[in-house]
Amino acid sequence: MKFKARVWKFGDNINTDLILPIQAFYLPAAEQPRYVFHANRPGWVDQVKPGDIVIGGRNFGMGSSRPAARSLKNLGLACLVAHSINGLFFRNCVNFAFPAIECPGVPEAFDEGDVAEVDFEASVVRNVTRIVTLEGRRMPSKLMDLVKAGGIYPLLEKEGLIAPKP
Amino acid sequence: MTIAEKILARKSGQAKVGPGDLVTVEVDTVVLIDNSFTASRWREILKVRDPDRIVVVFDHRVPASTQDSAAAHRTGRRFVQKFGIKRFHDVGYDQGISHQLVADHGYALPGTVLVCSDSHTCSAGVFNCIARGVGEPDVIYSAIKGETWFRVGETVRYELAGRLSPAVTTKDAFLQIAGTHGDHATQNIEFGGPGIAGLSIAARKTLTTMGAELSAEFATFEADDAMLDWIRARRTEKSAQPLEAVVPDKDAKYAAVRKVDLAALEPLVAFPDTVIENSKPVAAAAGTRIDQAFIGSCANGTLDDLELAARILKGRRVAPGTRLLITPGSQAVFREAARRGIVTTLAEAGAVVTPSTCGACGGGHLGILGPGETCITASTRNFKGRMGDPSARIYMASSATVAASAIMGAIADPREFIN
Ligand code: SF4
Repeated sequence: MKFKARVWKFGDNINTDLILPIQAFYLPAAEQPRYVFHANRPGWVDQVKPGDIVIGGRNFGMGSSRPAARSLKNLGLACLVAHSINGLFFRNCVNFAFPAIECPGVPEAFDEGDVAEVDFEASVVRNVTRIVTLEGRRMPSKLMDLVKAGGIYPLLEKEGLIAPKP
Repeated sequence: MTIAEKILARKSGQAKVGPGDLVTVEVDTVVLIDNSFTASRWREILKVRDPDRIVVVFDHRVPASTQDSAAAHRTGRRFVQKFGIKRFHDVGYDQGISHQLVADHGYALPGTVLVCSDSHTCSAGVFNCIARGVGEPDVIYSAIKGETWFRVGETVRYELAGRLSPAVTTKDAFLQIAGTHGDHATQNIEFGGPGIAGLSIAARKTLTTMGAELSAEFATFEADDAMLDWIRARRTEKSAQPLEAVVPDKDAKYAAVRKVDLAALEPLVAFPDTVIENSKPVAAAAGTRIDQAFIGSCANGTLDDLELAARILKGRRVAPGTRLLITPGSQAVFREAARRGIVTTLAEAGAVVTPSTCGACGGGHLGILGPGETCITASTRNFKGRMGDPSARIYMASSATVAASAIMGAIADPREFIN
């Protein structure tokens, strides 16, 4: 999986209540993305384009188990690259098939609006605008396969272990 | 190996694991909560590995606060019925916040693996086990397959020493750690040292629960007799295997070993929006006017918390213009607090004691903050918008500091009320 697009930059400790706030928590999944970063960056969801890339700082996605990663995916974003990712948020990226890479130093390597080229399998992140190349922490292949297969639910569905989506 | 590494090795059938490894482990206990059954999230399970390994808890919105939470409860009850799940905590006698119930009922045993789709599941690490908040798809997978994956991270060990002074709690110890060391993303936390002997299980549990706020993978305590006796007194399946404490190897490798002198701690307050490197001595916030004060959640809804609040509030009143909400962690905690007269003391002081629920902690119901309001909370999170309107400001402190602040109508030092 390779992506090339403009980046949107966020700081350290971006939490799940910012990504999926309580007002959106109980809405149907399709309506939840409208509220992403509603408290800290109102209007952002109208600016972002399908295929764009999110760059995060330390501890991206700290907070709760809520399916916040699903909202980023459903917003059409291509992937997340952050200095470090909260373990639970990382799980949900895998669960909902949203490619995520931990890449120390990435916040310093990008300004908002730069263009990034991301090779998910190789875990290589390049800033095309500034010609900087970084290597991230490789996602274990077992998890990468899960992302490529579309996450946990399609897998369980195929095995007949959960009912098809109503 | 550290405690976490040892359990992960054993449960993945390997002699040794270390940082950087990905392991697939057997899951002993899967806890499902009401949120998981909401229409936008639930995927109907057709087969489970072992219904006796499953616990179902309704806690985030109980009693049902909206039509869709009522519908989620209905879906949950059907699931329980379909698979004959015995450990079910519906609205009523057995109601409570999942992490408090795990403690109340001895559901987490040393050396075992427990998962739940709630971030504060690390709470159960107080029982010397591997417990972690996972995603909904993960709990569904674990219920079906009886296994899950974990990344093995480095471990940071906290050596606790000394005894807490009155009006200072383990919540202050947490605020000290979060304020000084910030996040522990990708790392495990291990608590040990001579200081744990002087801490109740509830006090220890506050520390493991708050591990989620440090983004720790696991937060695990060393075992001692007090903890093992706690489980023995509550465990119902007497026939099961004997309890076996997991101790770290002498040559275990830690990313850091840090001392926490409990005796040297003072009441701290985390300023709004995050607990990461955001704690200050209570004096720095003292005098800040508050609209609401909250004591509750899976971190601070224990009997210890209610008792401490009652000691401070006894014979006093909540300041006019300030609301004090107190939510016990479980109905069992509520009943015991009632038996001991704690509930009466709190109510006479003007506190609103609610039934056990996540309630105000999650901003879902029972105590939502309005625009521009200020709250001081003894719960788990002070994120922007966490407890209601995003313009509300949320300070975080111990139950003692919150109770003292409620009396003053402004953030206050609890040491003025207890000595
Ligand atoms: S009490 Fe708060 S932190 Fe704990 S499980 Fe409920 S909502 Fe989550």
